[in-house]
Amino acid sequence: MIRLIPRTQPSKAMIFLSPLLALTLTAVTAFFIFAFILTDIEVSSVFYTLFVEPLIDTYYISELLVKAAPLIMIALGLSIGFRAGVWNIGAEGQYVIGGITGGAVGLYFYNVEGFWLIPLMSLAAILGGMFYAGIAAFLKTKYQVNEILVTLMLTYVAVLFLSAMLQGPMRNPSGFNFPESRPFHDSALLPIIWQGTRLNIGLIIAVILSFVTWFGIKRHLSGLQIKITGSAPRAAKFAGFDDKKTIWFALLISGGVAGLAGLFEVIGPAGQITPGLPQFYGFTAIIVAFLSRLHPIAIIFSSLLIALTYIGGENVQIYFNLPSSITNIFQGMLLFYFLACDVLIQYKIVFFKTIRQKL
Amino acid sequence: MNEGLIIAIIIGISIASVPLIFAAIGELLVERSGVLNLGVEGMMIVGALAGFVIEFHTGSSFLAVLAALLAGMAIASIFAFLTQILLTNQVATGLALTLFGLGIAAFIGRGYSEENIQLISAIHIPLLSDFPIVGPLLFSYNPLVYLAFFMVFLVWWFLFKTKQGLTLRAIGDNHDAAHAIGHNVIRYRVLAILFGGAMAGIGGAFLSLVQVPIWGEDMTAGRGWIAIGLVVFSSWQPFKVILGALIFGGITILQLHAQGFDVRISAQYLSMLPYLATIVILVSLRMRDKNKTNRTMPNCLGRIFHSTS
Repeated sequence: MIRLIPRTQPSKAMIFLSPLLALTLTAVTAFFIFAFILTDIEVSSVFYTLFVEPLIDTYYISELLVKAAPLIMIALGLSIGFRAGVWNIGAEGQYVIGGITGGAVGLYFYNVEGFWLIPLMSLAAILGGMFYAGIAAFLKTKYQVNEILVTLMLTYVAVLFLSAMLQGPMRNPSGFNFPESRPFHDSALLPIIWQGTRLNIGLIIAVILSFVTWFGIKRHLSGLQIKITGSAPRAAKFAGFDDKKTIWFALLISGGVAGLAGLFEVIGPAGQITPGLPQFYGFTAIIVAFLSRLHPIAIIFSSLLIALTYIGGENVQIYFNLPSSITNIFQGMLLFYFLACDVLIQYKIVFFKTIRQKL
Repeated sequence: MNEGLIIAIIIGISIASVPLIFAAIGELLVERSGVLNLGVEGMMIVGALAGFVIEFHTGSSFLAVLAALLAGMAIASIFAFLTQILLTNQVATGLALTLFGLGIAAFIGRGYSEENIQLISAIHIPLLSDFPIVGPLLFSYNPLVYLAFFMVFLVWWFLFKTKQGLTLRAIGDNHDAAHAIGHNVIRYRVLAILFGGAMAGIGGAFLSLVQVPIWGEDMTAGRGWIAIGLVVFSSWQPFKVILGALIFGGITILQLHAQGFDVRISAQYLSMLPYLATIVILVSLRMRDKNKTNRTMPNCLGRIFHSTS
């Protein structure tokens, strides 16, 4: 068996090497899993479709950026909470609620145009997401109910609520009974920044938010407070930081941006509210947050990487008729290997035999 | 309502609660050893698939349940290796396990979504099963239902009546002290995690082998998470798991019957009830005993153990 020996200093080399190692191991393992399961399909062509094709075709590159934007936004919010040891696992639910509340404002003004419309819808989306995550914050601070379970249960509720809305009040009156809302008019849609594609201004906002968060965490006491409460709750209490305030702050921020991301999906690539709104972004963003070690700038890069698995997964679904859940396999495995490889930063791996020899 | 319908509802509630009992009693033992495994949903769906596939190919219910058990253990062993040997964060690893399980089950099960199997049949004991009311209520379930209740008893007996159970609880409460007096913390925890995987696997198989004769990649529908909620609800006491599971089973079944009775509420709102009930019950639990919160929670739950000697 193996044994871990703590390093005297965290390994600088491993901080950079471990993500690469994790990626390589994921690819190798996936290759063997596919080779084992897919007897009728060439594994190498599946791999090509998954990882290479999305990067050489401009349409797929634009779609990759479209998918990365919500991941960046949601992961940013979550990473703030994770630093504080607040586990918001239900960003997917806050994302859906934000899409509904923000979209509701847009539907209310479906025949009114104006530059104020998108800001107003965004405000509604942020408040919707904040409210939804706020339920968990309230129950956690008042009754010590675990926020993991509350946010998760509320995600199932949110998806059902979306379905109820689309079959009821939000259904397009002239939409042949499809469970979809009216399509939004141009002044309620996000401006496209790459003509001919679906890439919208949401990506720019997401990147700006990353830098704002980076400065926020570096500069402000609230950043420090969150870091300390997460790594040492008792010490934080002695220093006078308010535990409850941190819980509220972390959940409201992550809920708010998740809500905004939901609206941006509705008035971005989708153009209307559809049952396809929940796309697992809220869960995938958890992986993004960990892969970037909760660093706001690294989140941009890990979002791009994860977006690649989304696009690749969709393509193998179309070309090879494989389930899109192939994406989940990759993401789950990547997180496994990443967590495992990160151990190498703090510890050295020594095999039992060598220890005995030393003794 | 006539007698027959009431009996049918009670039987329905018991059947609906069984997958939760299996998954929750496994997770309870895991958490008693000080480990928080959030991968229950992933382990359940893998068990559901393994059971379905083996039943479909062999027609043997026994082999199907065995396969579900082994599949649950196999995927749990990934979690055990990562968190116990490589000391990774348990929350993150558990989430990864759920995502991976959902993905791999949907992937392997892609060819089975249009297949049907024969459901595991209920037992029939001559005389006893034919007895009016008591017969159908107590003596005519399928064997797995009895196994679920037996497992609850077994876990209780193990935890509170055996020396190893005492050690396991000690490890969950203070792993450093338990290690200092010579107990093998890692071994106990790995075995507990594997047991949790086996139980979640059977719980998942119950969905695909007993409740519905089909395979669907979203058939667990959050039951793994509700099971984790049940463990909190139970205050880590085995028998309270049954109570909690029956409450959720009851809400699930009543919600289905309400839809059948044409209650004037959208089906979606009724379907929310089990999830909302989880939250309400967790809150009411805290309101009742505000002062002794977390008293029974294993102290080392979710904490990483690294022996220095």
